[in-house]
This record gives sequence, structure tokens and C-alpha cells, in this order.
Amino acid sequence: MDHDAPTVLCLDAITKRFGKLVANDAISFSLRKGEVVALLGENGAGKTTLMNILFGQYTADSGSVEVFGNPLPPGNSRAALDAGVGMVHQHFTLADNMSVLENIILGTRSLFVPRLDINAARDRIKELSETFQLAISPDEKVGNLTVGERQRVEILKALYRDVRILILDEPTAVLTPQETNDLFATLKQAIANGLSIIFISHKLHEVMAISDRVVVLRHGKLVGSVNTTDTNKQALAAMMMGANATPPNIAPATTGAPLLVLENVSTPNIGTAPGLKSISLALKAGQIIGLAGVSGNGQAPLADIVGGVHFPHTGTISLNGKTIQKWTPREAVKNGIARIPEDRHKTGTVSDFDLTENAILERYVGAPFSKGGWLNWRKSRLFAKDIIAKYDVRCPGPDTPIRLLSGGNMQKLILGRVLEADPKIVLANQPVRGLDIGAVNYVHSQLLAARDRGAAILLISEDLDEIIALSDIIHVIADGQLSPAFLRNQMSPAELGIWMSGQGFDTGVAHAS
Amino acid sequence: MEIIDILLSASFWAAAIRIASPLIFATLGELICERAGVLNLGIEGIMVAGAFAGWMAVYSGTGLWIGVGTAMLVGMLFGLLHSTLTVPFGLSQHVVGLGVTLLATSATYYAYRLALPEVTSPPKIQAFQPWDIPLLSDIPLLGPALFSQTPFTYLAFILVLVVSLVLYRTPLGLAVRAAGENPAAVAAQGLSVTAIRMGAVIIGSGFMAMGGAFLTMSAFDSFFFEMVNGRGWICIALVVFGSWKPGKALLGAVLFAAFDALQIRVQQTSLAADIPYQIFLMMPYILSILALVLMSRRAQVPAALMVPFNKGER
Repeated sequence: MDHDAPTVLCLDAITKRFGKLVANDAISFSLRKGEVVALLGENGAGKTTLMNILFGQYTADSGSVEVFGNPLPPGNSRAALDAGVGMVHQHFTLADNMSVLENIILGTRSLFVPRLDINAARDRIKELSETFQLAISPDEKVGNLTVGERQRVEILKALYRDVRILILDEPTAVLTPQETNDLFATLKQAIANGLSIIFISHKLHEVMAISDRVVVLRHGKLVGSVNTTDTNKQALAAMMMGANATPPNIAPATTGAPLLVLENVSTPNIGTAPGLKSISLALKAGQIIGLAGVSGNGQAPLADIVGGVHFPHTGTISLNGKTIQKWTPREAVKNGIARIPEDRHKTGTVSDFDLTENAILERYVGAPFSKGGWLNWRKSRLFAKDIIAKYDVRCPGPDTPIRLLSGGNMQKLILGRVLEADPKIVLANQPVRGLDIGAVNYVHSQLLAARDRGAAILLISEDLDEIIALSDIIHVIADGQLSPAFLRNQMSPAELGIWMSGQGFDTGVAHAS
Repeated sequence: MEIIDILLSASFWAAAIRIASPLIFATLGELICERAGVLNLGIEGIMVAGAFAGWMAVYSGTGLWIGVGTAMLVGMLFGLLHSTLTVPFGLSQHVVGLGVTLLATSATYYAYRLALPEVTSPPKIQAFQPWDIPLLSDIPLLGPALFSQTPFTYLAFILVLVVSLVLYRTPLGLAVRAAGENPAAVAAQGLSVTAIRMGAVIIGSGFMAMGGAFLTMSAFDSFFFEMVNGRGWICIALVVFGSWKPGKALLGAVLFAAFDALQIRVQQTSLAADIPYQIFLMMPYILSILALVLMSRRAQVPAALMVPFNKGER
């Protein structure tokens, strides 16, 4: 990075309020040619708001933006694009039923020219995708693409317009590690071609890997701007979190009796997703079992069996020593199984229901939330209020539709909902996906507290750091097979990674104790 | 046997094309609205208003094509009302649409009474006359069916081609389709979703009104109450039947019209001796429902149909 490079973008004292909330409080920073600036901050710190102002989707209450020395008119995406600013949104803005090419050329020519020049556009897209290592076939429907490929289309949309400044909002949140590496290669290529990049993230290791400079936001304020070479992860985390960001302490586990035991359980393959291949697993009181593995290797069928959604075709399940004959979600809940589902939006909550309704979603039948077929709203509301207070769910009140909550607060409500029932078994499927560090530490401490109360916990996660930090026992799942049990600190991340890639299973030790 | 005779007669196919023409206009109109993401249930009322406006313009002395233009303009005004309420204000498209239908229908009947307070039977106008296309109209069967129609019918077929080309071959059509698939994608490319959607609804409503005007200016030569008679609702189904594609929608309109033309003729055959005529009246609708069930399973609904878009909303 050339430190004398010209400034291409300058934000001056940007302030934006939503009602009482000050989302951006007089934020100023600048970007030089060929530079990657990481915009770091927790969820709700104001990063996306700031970039939406830059890209003309919101209008700032005060402050100004200059691009290449010219003031940028506020609230006008077209002006931002014309000035050479492109944005890759966190939630992709693509039309699924249209082709890659159509998505890219949309709006790039005046609406009133008589025809689309499809062939010229296709050639240019091919040329760009070669230059920037963005493999894509222009005539494929976007709906058929993987998440990583869709992101490439988003980047191509910006490059096709010859943008000079590229904003990426949490680009790695949806990518696999391999796809993240590909993205970084593309970004380096873009820098080599003279672009400047603003990279929004709350993942510290990525910020350290890709950026030249880090700008940190906290509660809408700019709290620091440092060269990446002059800082480290700990310092950045401290800046981002304010009060220190220590993960919870972990006391040694006192393991009790087995509660839920799966023996030689198999399920059929579904499409290309492997089913379980004769898995045996015992969830014991006071113990966290971590299930490591790349998503789609059998985690879903296993979670469905533990959560009562499916009954296995072969093999047996026993609960507290008794073999289960009938197994439904309601049976599972009745038997003290708490479920934190993988997708809190789709299966964890009903987004237009309010917090009260969501809080009683699993237990509205019978006492204490209904009697004689009538719901007891008073008790239900008290329960919701109780969760809100105890689990620090930031919200206007129990009557708020849950879709208005941030991911972290939604997850806290789910956590409260299941843990307040004093569960014996907790199924935590990707419990911290998409949450910021503060919320992650909170969820982890609650899971540990449940363990110390004597609950058996099955933690399913793609994040190996999380598995290693929390689990008393680690199993790796790959292609529907379960590795032997590894004790805490027995295996290094690299060794677990080898199991995750599917090696080691063919040695005949696949059945765990 | 008698049915085969009917199907092989030029007059049957000519009637089918004639019956299809108003449906083609209105179906195209609805299709444009829905492709941009707005369901326009004002269609039935806008057709009534168009039928009256075109006829009234000609009755008061303008030329036929000015009459068509007047009908279109009136339709576009109702489209402006509909789109103002549904697009920038984001109101329920169902409620607004039905409201526009009620308003347009009642306002038309009111205007009719104001314009012609004394008459018992509505006056006739000199409607569009069939215009034989040289050479083509001499082709056996096909000629009289397709090429001895009124210019208003030819316009319907030309419009299918034009709408198809605009939707699939121009930047404007791309923007309209994208607005119906994911308005956020349109906004992110610096275009105005509001302008595109309102424009589509206004133009689409203009086409609906032309469909209504066809009834009073080409199919018949006068205006009656209830003359639109549910054709607007049929067009909404035809859009689904056509999987939101102009060519397929044209096919659906002709198919429905053929059923309709067929049932009138079957009523005059020996079959009618044993079967009550109501059964024949039902036939086009029943066959349409069956066709709809079969076709709509693979239909491609615009993903953002009936989803309002507000800039800057999370």
C-alpha cells in the first residue's frame, strides 16, 4: 500500500438518527487509492447504516461525502454509482428468476434505448470474470447458484460499472473458508487494478488478513483508526467491545448418568446429503458434547432425531434407560429436551408473532400457559417479560413482533424460552451463528451454566474454535459417520480438521464409546 | 360429427379470434402490471370505463382511433390512481384493486346517465369494420379466421409482439421484470422502483381500457351495462395460465375464446336436444379451470408480486 496515494473518498462528520437511536454520531474517515479499509464493529454499531448513507440508500441528518474530490449528492444510489462507488450488500440484491447477465446489466444503460446489447455484455462479463478470478457462467439463472457464486455476481455487478471504490458489507458471513480465500484473491486483484475497498466485518482474523487499516465503530461512534500492522486481534476486540471481551471461564465438568442414548442409528440419504451411518452416541448429564464438521455431513438428521422431528429407521434411542417407541417434537419437549434450532428465522421463531407468542411457542398446550383450551395471556406475558429481564433481550416490550429484533436478541429470547423450562438435554445447533462477540460470550456462558446445573448438551457447530472452547467431549461428523470421542485438549484443530475432511474413518474405529 | 364440422368452419375461428381480442388487450395489461410486481384487480372496472369512454368519444364525434386513445387515457388515469395508492403508499393491492373496480364501474354508469339522461336503449356508433388483408385473407380457413378481422384485432396481435419485445429485449423491459422479481435489486442499481412500477401499472391499465373499448367499438357498436361481464377476472386467470409470458397468454386467450365460440355453436346442434343449455354456457369456464390447473403448476410467478417496496426500510 502506497501511503502517499491520493484520497479517493472522504466522509465528513456523518450523523444519522433513527428516532432516539443515534446510529452514526459525527463519523469522519477517508480512503486512499489502492487501500483496503476494514470497518469493524459489533452488530448494531452503525457500520451498515454508514455505508448505506455513502451508497445513497439513507440520507444523513448532517455531514457530507466527497468522492474523488467532488461532493456526493445525498440519498441517491445512482449518483453514487456514477461517481464510481459500488456496494455488495450483505443480503444480496439479486433477482433469482433472472440470469446472471440480466442481473448484471440491469440499469446500466438508459431505460429508453431500444435494445439490450446482450452479446457485448456477455463478452465484457467474461473478460471481467477472467481478470478478477470470478468464475461464473453468464447465462445461468441466479436461483441455481450457490451463495458464493451469487456473491461473485454481486461483485461483477459493481465491476461491470467500472466502480473505483467497492464496499463489501459482511461479505464472508455466508461463505465457506475456501470461498473466503477465493474472495480475498479477487479483492487483491481488484487492488492491483487500482480499486479501493471498504470491507465491513466483525470477524477479527479476516480483518487482520485483508485490510491495510482498521476503522472501529462502537455504538455509532468512531472509536479508533489504526494501521493493521500496528495492532492485533486482542487490541481490536477491546476497541470494538469497549469493556473487556473475555470469554467465559470453564470449570471442569462433573459428568453424570447417560440421559439420551442413540445406538446404531441410521437414516437414509436425502438427495446428495448423506444420512447417518450407524451412529452411537450417549448424551450424559453435566457434559457438553461438541459435534464438529462441515455443514451437510449428517448434522441435520442427527439434530432432527434428538429434537424429535424424525424417528430413525434403524437403531434404537433410549431416554433415561427406557427405549423410545413414540417420538415427536412434543414428546421431546415434554421429556425435557430444549432445542435451539439452526435457523432462528425459519424454524426458531414466527417472525410476525410478538415476543410473548414466540416465548410460549413450544409449550402453549396445558399448564402454565393454557387451561381448558384457553390461553392464559397474563401468565404468558409475565413469562416473556421474565425472559426479557433475565436474558437481557433488548426490545421495546413483550408485544413487539420478533422480526424487529436483532439476531442476537432473537437468540437470547430462544435461549430464555428453552432454558427457563429447566431442560435435561439441550440441543444447541449453531447457537451463535451470525452473532457478535458480546452475544456469543453470553450464549456460551448460558450453555455452560446449564451444563453445570446438570443438563446434557449437544453442541453442533461449524466453528471449530467454538467446539474446542466449550466441549468436554468432541466428535467429528463426516459423510454421516461419527468419529471416536476425543477429550478436551486431546486433539489440535489441525488433527480435527483431518477428521472433518473424512479421513480416519476407514480404520474401523468409527464407533464412539 | 357436428362438432368437427364446427371446428373446421372459418366462421368459428373468426369468432374465436374476435372473442379473444378484448381478452388479449386486458391480459397484456394485467401481465405488465404483475410483471412489475403489482396485482391490478382494478381490471374489471377499468375495462368498463374503457368501453364507455371509447364509445362515448366516437358517439360525440371523434374518429375511431381517437376513441381508442380516449379509452386508453381514461384507463391510464385509473392506473395512476391505483399505482399511487399501491406503490408509494404501499396499500393492500387487493383492497385498492377491488376499490378501483367498484369506483370505475360506478363512475362509468353515473357518467352514462349524465351524458344520456333520457334514452332507454343506448345509441349505436359506426364501429370498426373488418379489413381484409390482401392475399393473406384468401388463404382457405386461416384467411377468413385471421386476416378478415377489424384493425382493432390486428392491433391486439401486434401489441403481443411489441410487449414481448419490450419485456425481453430492452433495458426497460429488464427493469420492469426485475422490479417484479426483486425490487431491491432495481434500487441497488440506481433505478427508481416507484417510477418503474407506477409506469407499468399506468400503461397496463391503459391496455385494459382498450380491451373494454374493443367491446363497444369492434365486437358490438354500443354500450350496455354489465357488458364486460367478468372478462377482467378471466384475464387475471389468463395471466396465470400464460405463466406471465405474453405469447402463452395469447394462446390462453384464444383457447378460452374458442371454447366460448364453440359452446354457442354446439347449442344449435342436435346435442342441445338432450342437454340443458346452461351446461354449454358453463363449458368454457370449466375447461378454463381444468387448463389452468394443468398449466399453472409450472407457472413462474414473479417473486415480488404483491410485495411493496419501501426504500430505506430494513
